[in-house]
Amino acid sequence: MHPAFSVLFLTTLIGAGQGLFLALFSVEAYGELGLVPAPGSDFFAIGSLLSLVLLGLGLFASFFHLGRPERAWRTATKWRTSWLSREVIVLPAFMGVVFLYGLAHWLQFNPPLGVLPGDNFVLLTVLLGILGTLLAFALFVSTAMIYAAVKFLQEWHSPLTVVNYTLLGAASGFTLATALAAWADTGLVPFLAGWAIILTLLGLASRIASLVRNARIQPKSTLQTAIGVKHPAIQQKSQGFMGGSFNTREFFHHRSPGFLRAMKWIFLISAFAIPTLLLALAMAMTVDPTNVLIAAFVIQYLGLLAERWFFFAQANHPQNLYYQSVS
Amino acid sequence: MTQLALVIDLNVCVGCQACVTSCKEWNTSGDAGPLVDMNPYGADPTGTFFNRVQTFEVGEFPNTETVHFPKSCLHCEEPPCVPVCPTGASYKRKEDGIVLVDYDKCIGCKYCSWACPYGVREVDAQRRVMTKCTLCVDRIYDQNLPEWDRKPACVRACPTNARLYGDIHDPNSVVSQAIRENGGYQLMPEWGTKPANHYLPRRKTRITVREDELERADNPLKIDSQLPKPDRDEPSLDDVTSW
Repeated sequence: MHPAFSVLFLTTLIGAGQGLFLALFSVEAYGELGLVPAPGSDFFAIGSLLSLVLLGLGLFASFFHLGRPERAWRTATKWRTSWLSREVIVLPAFMGVVFLYGLAHWLQFNPPLGVLPGDNFVLLTVLLGILGTLLAFALFVSTAMIYAAVKFLQEWHSPLTVVNYTLLGAASGFTLATALAAWADTGLVPFLAGWAIILTLLGLASRIASLVRNARIQPKSTLQTAIGVKHPAIQQKSQGFMGGSFNTREFFHHRSPGFLRAMKWIFLISAFAIPTLLLALAMAMTVDPTNVLIAAFVIQYLGLLAERWFFFAQANHPQNLYYQSVS
Repeated sequence: MTQLALVIDLNVCVGCQACVTSCKEWNTSGDAGPLVDMNPYGADPTGTFFNRVQTFEVGEFPNTETVHFPKSCLHCEEPPCVPVCPTGASYKRKEDGIVLVDYDKCIGCKYCSWACPYGVREVDAQRRVMTKCTLCVDRIYDQNLPEWDRKPACVRACPTNARLYGDIHDPNSVVSQAIRENGGYQLMPEWGTKPANHYLPRRKTRITVREDELERADNPLKIDSQLPKPDRDEPSLDDVTSW
């Protein structure tokens, strides 16, 4: 498939935004339980704002994928059958919850909405956080299922796609949250960096699993089934036109196999290896690790862009069987 | 229920591209606006077509056969492109099974084209929406056309009658008979899309002629050949002369 930059930015930016929100709420939940030092409410407000900016940029990028962006509102209508429609509904809903979550923290408006047994208050921000967490996971699933649901693209049609989208988004979000925690000087760096390393390594494991799976894929469709001629030796002599067409542009990456291999190593190193090392370094540092952590996030984000590019480029659409020879 | 479809006879198709140009001509002149042609005379021409004729070589030289293969939307009975559409612009008509795009609802997200294994949907770069074969829905129901002309433009154009058109759910239709009697098959059956369009395979057409069929077996005395030759002036009709 042709990797469109609009979609690369959409999926990586909202993934980081969702991960950042998950990190914020993890801090709040752990803080409520007294397991980590509770940061000030500014930390949550700024973090929510950052998450909103990422989500908004992703949403903005997605419009460049559409031929008719002015009709985008129509996409919310077919949520019964289309994962794309579900994503379009869940993304604004999630952004709304993140906004309310950040607003409640910024205004320090956090009335207890009830009392649980053991004198535990049900706080507004905790409820919003739980709702946001559910929506963040729903968004990960919706985004990934857009790709995993297309059975013709066998490289995508796997539960690993959903796992990868979730883990990689969460990993980049936690890395960003670590940088934010270091900048805000909250004392949460070891906690968040630890989780960021765990998520990055889990993401590496599942991404390698999908690389191994995709390397062994046997294409279901062949030239024989494509034109229905049962002969082992078939060659295309003409695809019916000599100029370009949508079919020759949209479904191929137009790069060499060497470029593809290089991209694979770039994302394996840049999205997983370097961020893990930098996060570990930040945990061990005695001076302010903010710059190291910002570098870790930027490198990881660029690596995830390469990862998403590779994700698209590696998928081989069966329609390409019909477009193998110009004349 | 009706399921209109094409049946394409690969045994007859000669790859003349008449259906391609006829399709383009009809659909570029329709209500929905022209199908784009960019740089038609430039270095890198590109354009939208609903129908292509491709050519494949089967076998190894010198034992090869050339297969001309027309390809357009197959109007699947289980169209995978329809449920993925987020706006409902991509739909399958209940009354006749034609898969269509509502050009006023389409947002041009291209998702349906990803979900089609046959690569028969094309985004029109000027209209910025997904376009595809309509089975000439604006032609087959047009009351202003004489009844024999209410067929898809590609079918009307085919000089060798390689394209048959009709209802594959009617067992007596010309397409159902062709599928049944000539080994009609579907493309990429492994995906379960149940394409409505069928293809008829290449078939060897041989006539076995024995010697006794050339000579009259019931004419042992060769009486026929003994009849006198007529003069050159005389009429040479079969009824009048012996040859």
